[in-house]
Amino acid sequence: MNFPILSSLILLPSIGALFLLFSKDNEKLNAIKYVAIFTSFVNFLISIYLWFLFDPSTSEFQFVEDKQWLKEFVNYKVGIDGISILFVLLTTFITPLCIICVNNTVEVRLRDFLIAILTMESIMIGVFCSLDLVIFYLFFEAGLIPMFLIIGIWGGDRRVYSAFKFFLYTLLGSVLMLVAIISIYLISGTTDIVKLFELGIDAKYQNLLWLAFFSSFAVKTPMWPVHTWLPDAHVEAPTAGSVLLAAILLKMAGYGFLRFSLGLFPLASEFFTPLIYILSLVAIIYTSFVALMQEDMKKLIAYSSVAHMGYVTLGIFTITQQGLEGSIIQMISHGLVSAALFLCVGVVYDRIHSRLISTYGGLVSVMPNYAVLFMIFTLAAIGLPGTSGFIGEFLILMGAFKDNFLVAVIASLGVILGAAYMLWLYRRVIFGKLVNKELLKISDLHNSEKFILWCLAIPVVFFGFYPEPLINSIEVSIKDLIEMYSFNLKMNIIEVQNNG
Amino acid sequence: MVNLNLIFPEIFISLSTMFLLILGAFKKNSSKIIHNLSIISLLLIVILIFNNQFESNIFLFSNSYVIDYLSSFMKVITLIGGAFVLIISTRYLKVYELFKIEYSILILCSILGMMVMISSNDLMVFYMGLELQSLPLYVLASFNRDNLKSSEAGLKYFVLSALSSGLLLYGCSLIYGFSGSTNFNIIAESLSNNEYGLTFGLVFILVGLAFKISAVPFHMWAPDVYEGSPTTVTLFFAIVPKVAALTVFIRFLYVPFLNMIDQWQSIVIFLSIASIIFGAIAAIGQNNLKRLIAYSSISHIGFALAGLCVGTNDGIQSSIIYILIYLVMNLGFFCCILMLKRNNQYFENITDLSGLSKNHPLISLSLLIILFSLAGIPPLAGFFAKFYIFKSVIDQSMYFLAIIGLLSTVIAAFYYLRIIKIIYFDEEKEKYDDDHSIFLKISLTLSTLLLFLYFIYPNKLLEIVSKINII
Repeated sequence: MNFPILSSLILLPSIGALFLLFSKDNEKLNAIKYVAIFTSFVNFLISIYLWFLFDPSTSEFQFVEDKQWLKEFVNYKVGIDGISILFVLLTTFITPLCIICVNNTVEVRLRDFLIAILTMESIMIGVFCSLDLVIFYLFFEAGLIPMFLIIGIWGGDRRVYSAFKFFLYTLLGSVLMLVAIISIYLISGTTDIVKLFELGIDAKYQNLLWLAFFSSFAVKTPMWPVHTWLPDAHVEAPTAGSVLLAAILLKMAGYGFLRFSLGLFPLASEFFTPLIYILSLVAIIYTSFVALMQEDMKKLIAYSSVAHMGYVTLGIFTITQQGLEGSIIQMISHGLVSAALFLCVGVVYDRIHSRLISTYGGLVSVMPNYAVLFMIFTLAAIGLPGTSGFIGEFLILMGAFKDNFLVAVIASLGVILGAAYMLWLYRRVIFGKLVNKELLKISDLHNSEKFILWCLAIPVVFFGFYPEPLINSIEVSIKDLIEMYSFNLKMNIIEVQNNG
Repeated sequence: MVNLNLIFPEIFISLSTMFLLILGAFKKNSSKIIHNLSIISLLLIVILIFNNQFESNIFLFSNSYVIDYLSSFMKVITLIGGAFVLIISTRYLKVYELFKIEYSILILCSILGMMVMISSNDLMVFYMGLELQSLPLYVLASFNRDNLKSSEAGLKYFVLSALSSGLLLYGCSLIYGFSGSTNFNIIAESLSNNEYGLTFGLVFILVGLAFKISAVPFHMWAPDVYEGSPTTVTLFFAIVPKVAALTVFIRFLYVPFLNMIDQWQSIVIFLSIASIIFGAIAAIGQNNLKRLIAYSSISHIGFALAGLCVGTNDGIQSSIIYILIYLVMNLGFFCCILMLKRNNQYFENITDLSGLSKNHPLISLSLLIILFSLAGIPPLAGFFAKFYIFKSVIDQSMYFLAIIGLLSTVIAAFYYLRIIKIIYFDEEKEKYDDDHSIFLKISLTLSTLLLFLYFIYPNKLLEIVSKINII
């Protein structure tokens, strides 16, 4: 297979964006939108095709492209394994939906918005495909530019503050990773991940390097206590921006933990596991309480994202087959569910222009379709059996029980809290008395909204009953990841013992 | 017998300067033709330099003048930078009625001085070149002589620069006194006797040079001079003398004083860290774009110095790459400033950019790319500039410098973001004129594309620069 299928996946949205850049931003908004939808949909088809070609029985990287880029230093190397293909699919699946949903939310400068979203798609696919640390960093950071603009130009009232906070927080987290990447090059002589997995990294440097990577991923995940940018960014971003942010951007960090922190620094990961456990537990419990207190629907969902990502980091660092599988499924499921929840908020926001929970109540009588769909996603966010959220959380908790009983018990308590704030939100918005007179005139879901939400609901329920395709794809990769992890860990321990 | 072929570019530029001066004196209304002739002669000299052996390593005039790859390369950059400044400054000068013959002639003079500086291998030649490039700059700074700020800029620059030249000259004499020669190679040989006088001389010269490139704590002149001078002159200040001064910095540190690296390294590290941090913090409160770019250039010079202080060829190369990319970024940025014209008046306040993206989407897009590149966000060229620097710095285990540098980029990102915020998020103002000269548009497009597409094929620049081996 010589056709550079991954590069074309990465490039295609950018080409679409370039095409839009040279088109006129006039009244014929639909034409612009169709170009964008077409581009991203073609990309989705390519990624589906990729999934068919993909061979899940091996953990080797597939569709690898390796070209010289910076002389004798960095190669442009991309490839996917069972883990990254899921994230690529998630990205290509969410982006068209984002583009479809813009017609209700974005009123000014639609063309620029679509350019930003398509560029973002290129960058996100690049993050999940890159097999070189420098290339990864390049994509990881480049994502800041379009997201900054999306929040800043099309955001709400406090958009400038949120955009700055988002940009500077993430940049501050990431610069240390750059130092670490250069150091890895100087220590090991390469930044190629595959080679680094084989070589391993000298035990004495691991802790510092791990911390440098951690600083970047922790901000992006976001983990407590550096999560404060997320609620702001979510609240101010337009619906499509929130969806991208929650569904895909946050997953970059989880993916980074999985791929780099575990793969490159096993000794340090082992050493820092308690830290991750504590931060994850705080995230799960504390942010759940914070979510209970929120008046703003978007903020509530943003805090619930922090809690859900807490499960993900917890699962990753249990370093068990179940824990890792659970984290990945949780990430995919959260990608779908949080995207859908933000869209649900967007639906009522477009009609009433208020995100306050107290504005609503009794929507079930005027918007029955909406109530049904919102219900599905609320239950999925809680992790009710039969939804994809359940599979993820269940596996994570199983992994956690294997590793540490107390941690698992505390984490399980978070599930109850999750149910509390989500159900309470649902009750206050959908049920109750219809007090607000404005709500009487509200219309139920349009066709496009129905389409988007059902698109998200079907996989949520499907994977809830039948997670086999997901597990199939990641099983071997995770097994080998854990094997490599324990092997490198053993080598590191021997190395340390020999040295001192 | 000296082979004059090799210094033919210098001879050519001095002859053409004299010729243009005479032409200007005897022919009335000749500023346009002189302007064009200067551009042509600058480009001709580039060809002349390419015509010479580009990679030869030859000493002339009893070893006081050196023609090697570094000097030829940096001369080409200087000349091209100068040519670009001349090309895009026509309209601006005409609007303010500054389109006089002296402008291009002074720039030619200054470039001649820079060429001498770049090739110098002797303290005397070096000082001569330095003064030859500085004197026209004083005049250029106060070129808009009816403007109070411009005159102030010229005077300030002159007084402070004269002071630093004095320090530099004192350093030269100390070095001559303790080593017995002004020639770089001979000084290098006599370093073994480890005299304190030499260290003193070195420090004085470093101070003088730091002044010329406006490194902290010798930066005080830069914001005022940048703000007061006519914008096109500011552009010239911001890019061309920096290239020449950096070359001298490299040659001076690495040819005669390489063995004293322990002594100058800590000084250069201090200059670098101080410039990076100060430039980043001080720019936050600025409202004048030219003043802001002055502080940002201080910070950028700090990064270039960080590459210099590591003491390896890698470091030198990274710092040359940095200054090249910096040059392109500044060129683009000033092109944008020169496009903010309405009713025969140029605007240079940060608030004048407000809502630019609605009326001028293309200029805004270019500015967006340039500003993110200045902030060092991948995948733009500015990131690679910093990346090479940090690579060479970390290579020598100077983690402290690297981390300080990177954290300052976050601070610096704030004020670049602020400009972007004003362009993209704020309310629009009146439209600016659209009738820019074609050269201005071309320059802006060229620099933007260079910055944006650099990541596709970064090898060429690395290859070119990797031939510079001083040590």
